[in-house]
Amino acid sequence: MKFAVITFPGSNCDQDCYHVAQEVLGQPTDMLWHKDAQDLSEYDCVILPGGFSYGDYLRTGAIARFSPIMNSVIDFAKNGGLVIGICNGFQILLEAGLLPGAMKINDNLKFVCKYVNLEVVNAETPFTNQCNKGEILQVPVAHGEGNYHIDEDGLEDLIANDQIVVRYEDEAENPNGSVMNIAGICNKEKNVFGLMPHPERCSESILGNGTEDGYKIFASILEYVTKGSEQCG
Amino acid sequence: MANKPWENEGLTEAEYKMIVDILGRKPNKTELGMYGVMWSEHCSYKNSKKVLRNLPTEGARVLQGPGENAGIIDIGDEQAVSFKIESHNHPSAIEPYQGAATGVGGIIRDIFTMGARPIACLDSLRFGDLNNERVQFLLEGVVEGISGYGNCIGIPTVGGEVYFSESYQENPLVNAMCVGIMDHEDISTGTAKGVGNPVMVVGATTGRDGIQGASFASDELTEDSEEDRPAVQVGDPFMEKLLLEACLELIKTGALVGIQDMGAAGLTGSSCEMASRGGAGIELDIDLVPKRETGMNSYEVMLSESQERMLVVPKKGKEELVEEIFEKWGLNAAVVGKVTDDGMLRILDEGEVAAEVPARSLADDAPEYDRESERPSYLDEVQSYDLSSLSEPEDYNEALLEVLQSPNIASKEWVYEQYDHMVRTNTVVLPGSDAAVLRVKGKEKGLAMTTDCNGRYCYLDPETGGAIAVAEAARNIVCSGAEPVAITDGLNFGNPMKPEIFWQFEKCIDGISEACLSLGTPVTGGNVSFYNESPSGAIYPTPIIGMVGLLEDINQATTSDFKDEGDVILLLGETKDELGGSEYLNTVHDLETGKVPELDLDLEKRVQDTCLTVIKEGIVKSAHDCADGGLAVTLAESSIAGGLGAEVEINSDMAPSSLLFSESQSRIVISVAKEDVEKVKNQATENEVSVTKLGRVNGDKLIINDLVNMKIGEMKKRWKESIRSKIEG
Repeated sequence: MKFAVITFPGSNCDQDCYHVAQEVLGQPTDMLWHKDAQDLSEYDCVILPGGFSYGDYLRTGAIARFSPIMNSVIDFAKNGGLVIGICNGFQILLEAGLLPGAMKINDNLKFVCKYVNLEVVNAETPFTNQCNKGEILQVPVAHGEGNYHIDEDGLEDLIANDQIVVRYEDEAENPNGSVMNIAGICNKEKNVFGLMPHPERCSESILGNGTEDGYKIFASILEYVTKGSEQCG
Repeated sequence: MANKPWENEGLTEAEYKMIVDILGRKPNKTELGMYGVMWSEHCSYKNSKKVLRNLPTEGARVLQGPGENAGIIDIGDEQAVSFKIESHNHPSAIEPYQGAATGVGGIIRDIFTMGARPIACLDSLRFGDLNNERVQFLLEGVVEGISGYGNCIGIPTVGGEVYFSESYQENPLVNAMCVGIMDHEDISTGTAKGVGNPVMVVGATTGRDGIQGASFASDELTEDSEEDRPAVQVGDPFMEKLLLEACLELIKTGALVGIQDMGAAGLTGSSCEMASRGGAGIELDIDLVPKRETGMNSYEVMLSESQERMLVVPKKGKEELVEEIFEKWGLNAAVVGKVTDDGMLRILDEGEVAAEVPARSLADDAPEYDRESERPSYLDEVQSYDLSSLSEPEDYNEALLEVLQSPNIASKEWVYEQYDHMVRTNTVVLPGSDAAVLRVKGKEKGLAMTTDCNGRYCYLDPETGGAIAVAEAARNIVCSGAEPVAITDGLNFGNPMKPEIFWQFEKCIDGISEACLSLGTPVTGGNVSFYNESPSGAIYPTPIIGMVGLLEDINQATTSDFKDEGDVILLLGETKDELGGSEYLNTVHDLETGKVPELDLDLEKRVQDTCLTVIKEGIVKSAHDCADGGLAVTLAESSIAGGLGAEVEINSDMAPSSLLFSESQSRIVISVAKEDVEKVKNQATENEVSVTKLGRVNGDKLIINDLVNMKIGEMKKRWKESIRSKIEG
């Protein structure tokens, strides 16, 4: 399969995502520049990486959504292509309207970087098919604005359509005050996934506390793309 | 009465006369301003240079020693590491967020200027009493500033220190270190040469911010310092991220002759230093400098310290390539002048010569002073303080808890959780262990890094304190499984015009020099910050040592936490009755006095060699430097981090307080599997190092003789929450 990682000005996890896709997962991966609008149909999955696109000026992700390549990403997603937005990438997906809801500043007003326990709520998506429902993953977060918010109707929709993919295990594990401890959601069609935690930071046992739980997200994508949608997700 | 012209620029009358001699005429206002910043202590080291020459700067791995934007060491495989530490104390005292943020921004620029990709930052911080509201404000601001800048630019902040002592109450210390990695072929320098080559300003526009920042940093803080707020620069990490990427892309093209960061003294400093290094001159037309406001005169343009700018000298004909790369990143790149062969820094303003001075005279010919030095009178009193009259604690559990909750010992989680310490996915050992360890992608090897300095020791005995700072840094590097390679030093002191302060400075440098020679870690660069004084006095002498070490095999990275029940805990080195200057005395007896622990550098080296040898044999489960807080704290920390208890039994005639809390140097606590104990003992014997079996990893309690018996959970809670609860109430 083939990945694309998009670099916006201020992206800083683009190389990390590239490393995991290309070196750890062993799949061909291209780095795409945000100004280069293009047909993305040769790719199986597009990654919007973390970072501070446009310095988080105005609002997180608010300016990056206007980058020329975002129109290509929207077209790609509408045609069923897999899109994963991590951290700032998630924020951009919200601003671009590919996912519902909005992001607020963390409730303690501080940036937070640490491992958190994530509960897999929906294990039947292209991004989580290598996990079990209810499984706890240890994945690091690193953000100042990860306090996911959505109105009540929107939240009911998310629940009704199984769009909540991962949740902080409980209130104590929730690092930002997000509604219902939400850490990551997908669209109704399940092909667009945004999450605040960084699976690319825990895909190799040499790093940090040694967990490789993040690898399961990338392995799920590979499984989905190579085995097809009937068998997984 | 109006000030004399030199006084406005922070110069003395004698210095003014030197300038008149150099020029053969009186300098104009712009010229005098340029001399003022370049001859400030911050830029010229005029009061410290002679002493700094005593530092050892040569070693097999040193590719670039002091004098450039940052030092460079060889790490094999045609790769090199550039690293440096720099202070931003005064700006942080006035405007903590921006002061700290621009400190981080400045040191990062120093690293990528050398052609290196920055891979990690460390921050060494000192504050006053944490119970004080102003101190809390400063701490919160500084941490947020570091977090705001470092996180946004995407360089992990992986380590550092935070200490609290009243000596820093009004004069906090913010020393930022950055480490970068590069291929040998990309090593760049801040050199201008080749007559006719263009000189370009790239990055941000120039405004009126930070004018005379370097001079401001070379004065004591007073009640009026608040008025100097305009001398504090404002940082834009997003701009610097773009600048970083553009500069590294540009360096890769091979189109550059030289590149230099515009930090202290802005356009003046970068242009005269580049010209002087290349033995050339530079002519600049300030009309061509991209500005963010109109009506700026030559004085303002030349002295502005607007952030996120670089001066680059490309080969002639490569101007368009530079412009293309910067255009891609949405940044300015403007030709503002050219390299000449007359050695002059000539500034043109609307076609007129606004300033014309020999570049070398600005960059290198500042006067050098022999400052008066005198042993401080307080030393006799503190060093002869009789500790034997102090009472033993009634309850050693309580005493240990008290020390564990001291903000100097307690978990710094509240601080480092605000820093992104994992971005770039290289962080193998997370903050909280002895040293941070990073992998080098695509290679077997790894890098370890740390900052260390016990300012209290340096106050009580500057020479020993300086040496201990180096020894402890090296010990931390060794405990993480790496070989110490080289250091950068952030030298923070009071007013050097005061003989007692200058004596502290000289002695600390002596101590650092001796330790660097013994441990084989040359100095590759650093920073001197004098005038760290407020109306209530000078700070403790605080020479912060930033050290980098090399692991041949990243899989040998070692952490301080106990790993498995049943492992045997061993002490390399010996505990002596040395409570002087200890954290125990500070917290339990409210005393910062006494004779500091002795340091035998030969023994230190043998202890470190022993530890590293057994780590390389692959038998060490955990290694932890035994230093601040003593043996009891070291054991508690390894237990807390590993979530495993320890049963320890030590035979000793010493008073229990000394046994538990003495801060004797050259000690490392390791744990190994039972079957590997003999191997450690043999190695220690071979190196003539004392090794003692302390006990074993077991259960959920820390038990030391009949003195300490406590649940790990209880200790952990108090240790972990101490700083957070003081700030958040």
